Amino acid sequence: MARMATTRRVAISTVAAWLFGFLIFFPILWMVLASFKTELEAFAIPPSFLFFHWTTENYATVQERSDYFHHALNSIIIAGGSTVIALLIAIPAAWSMAFSPTKRTKDILLWMLSTKMMPPVGVLVPIYLIYKSFGLLDSRTGLVFILCLGNLPIVIWMLFTYFKEIPRDILEAARMDGATIGRELVYVLTPMAIPGLASTMLLNLILAWNEAFWTLNLSTSYAAPLTTFIASYSSPEGLFWAKLSAASTLAIAPILVLGWFSQKQLVRGLTFGAVK
Amino acid sequence: MGQITLQGVQKSFGPVHIIKGADLDIADGSFVVFVGPSGCGKTTLLRLIAGLEDVSGGSILIDGKNVVDTPPAKRGLSMVFQSYALYPHMSVRGNIGFGLKMAGLPRDEINRKVEGAAATLNLTPYLDRKPRELSGGQRQRVAIGRAIVREPKAFLFDEPLSNLDAALRVQMRIEVTRLQKQLGTTAIYVTHDQVEAMTMADKIVVLNGGKIEQYGSPLELYERPANLFVAGFIGSPKMNFVTGEPALQKGAATIGVRPEHLKIERDGAGGWLGTITVAEHLGSDTFLYVDAGPIGMLTARYIGELSLHAGDRVSLVPDPARIHRFDNSGNALRG
Repeated sequence: MARMATTRRVAISTVAAWLFGFLIFFPILWMVLASFKTELEAFAIPPSFLFFHWTTENYATVQERSDYFHHALNSIIIAGGSTVIALLIAIPAAWSMAFSPTKRTKDILLWMLSTKMMPPVGVLVPIYLIYKSFGLLDSRTGLVFILCLGNLPIVIWMLFTYFKEIPRDILEAARMDGATIGRELVYVLTPMAIPGLASTMLLNLILAWNEAFWTLNLSTSYAAPLTTFIASYSSPEGLFWAKLSAASTLAIAPILVLGWFSQKQLVRGLTFGAVK
Repeated sequence: MGQITLQGVQKSFGPVHIIKGADLDIADGSFVVFVGPSGCGKTTLLRLIAGLEDVSGGSILIDGKNVVDTPPAKRGLSMVFQSYALYPHMSVRGNIGFGLKMAGLPRDEINRKVEGAAATLNLTPYLDRKPRELSGGQRQRVAIGRAIVREPKAFLFDEPLSNLDAALRVQMRIEVTRLQKQLGTTAIYVTHDQVEAMTMADKIVVLNGGKIEQYGSPLELYERPANLFVAGFIGSPKMNFVTGEPALQKGAATIGVRPEHLKIERDGAGGWLGTITVAEHLGSDTFLYVDAGPIGMLTARYIGELSLHAGDRVSLVPDPARIHRFDNSGNALRG
């Protein structure tokens, strides 16, 4: 009797989990489906789910009208560049805070995080003006710079929590074993920090890839990443659902694939060292 | 060789004095245990010897050479940490051989030495496993292997057995002692467990509040504690302390009697009268906790089984030859 109840409970929660997962996934699925419909079918009521005239013409139109590969390259440069620079700054910062903390370390960390609490639009005008004076508008350098700064607090926080988890004893054991600082770094620290570095890098790549506020406001065409590319389908001549969907699908595809292959690290990254 | 001498060693963190001038002579090949309550400075003293902390004053001599300015790796000591501190990404072989690799030894010599150390510690079947695939006792052995393979002047142990369960702890205690005798290498061992201290040590250093209270062999500490602190710390259950009239009769401010030196008599004639509050029957021993009125609470130990129970009246007679006398400032009175 009790066993039956347990089995049923497991069955119910499994179904519930799948339903919930489907619910979360549905918009993305719908977008992908819509990208293969004609414009007419895309907003037909009642909508057709699978039995419609499948076409790839939207993709062709999108690539023809705006150069997908140009924007994708921009996204890769901007997300990749800002991640690399953020890591280069964050690794030593988090390292020193984790291994030689001072009385103010906690305050500094909180202060860094507090900068993420302000709505970005609050500094849009000054940043825009600064960018204009320095000729950084619609430049990849400018976008790399702003996204790097924007994500830096999160990167430092994540790395800090990872480095904190590396026991000091192990570093001391290496010192007793006669390792110099350089060899300690190569043989002991880096191998232990790699999982943390990898998940931080992944999360930051995704955040930078999806960032829309600054990329939309500070770029127009030359440096415009995929966010701008999508946005260009949602305005002037009315909505073209099928083409917008095709553009969006193209925009999220690379990051989706990346995320799929690194689920494990990502979950660990998102739970932020909360689970040991 | 591994003779270690401390001369007026001091350590302070800011305004806090952790070690207030320690003088100590550790003979080559001896097993010395630092024991004391938590926060007494025993681990700090060990880390000062290791070189993981810098001294604030005084000198540390290893084989007659002052090493206070020598980095840890150059002192020729090896350390076993409480948390084992194994390198998680390296195999057992890699862990044990890391120090040799850092010293730049050729690969086949490293392998030979690592395999030798592994054989001594029964680790041969596990050489290619990662630390996470090992049990607590095996990890502990790897940590010890890492220490012995370098043939150091001395081993430093920082509460190495405190993460093991009770049965394994006893087994490892014997293994560590046997290994140290076999290798004949000086060992300094930090623990808060006085049973470990008593069983393993050639000599014990009792530390309290950053000061060395007494340095001597286990039985010296048991039979002739230098002061109230050592008297209370060494021995289990704790020594009974009595003040007032009975102490004055012996010409002391406080007298101490160990539970095993109290004779238990059912019909009170002489001695200290009291009522049993708790009786613990272990089969091999019987522990009685006795409320002796104005004398205070007393603990008595009887070897073997004694059928006495809570509420019974007993009389406790101290063995006159085993009474410890202390003066007002807590120091032992001799003679």
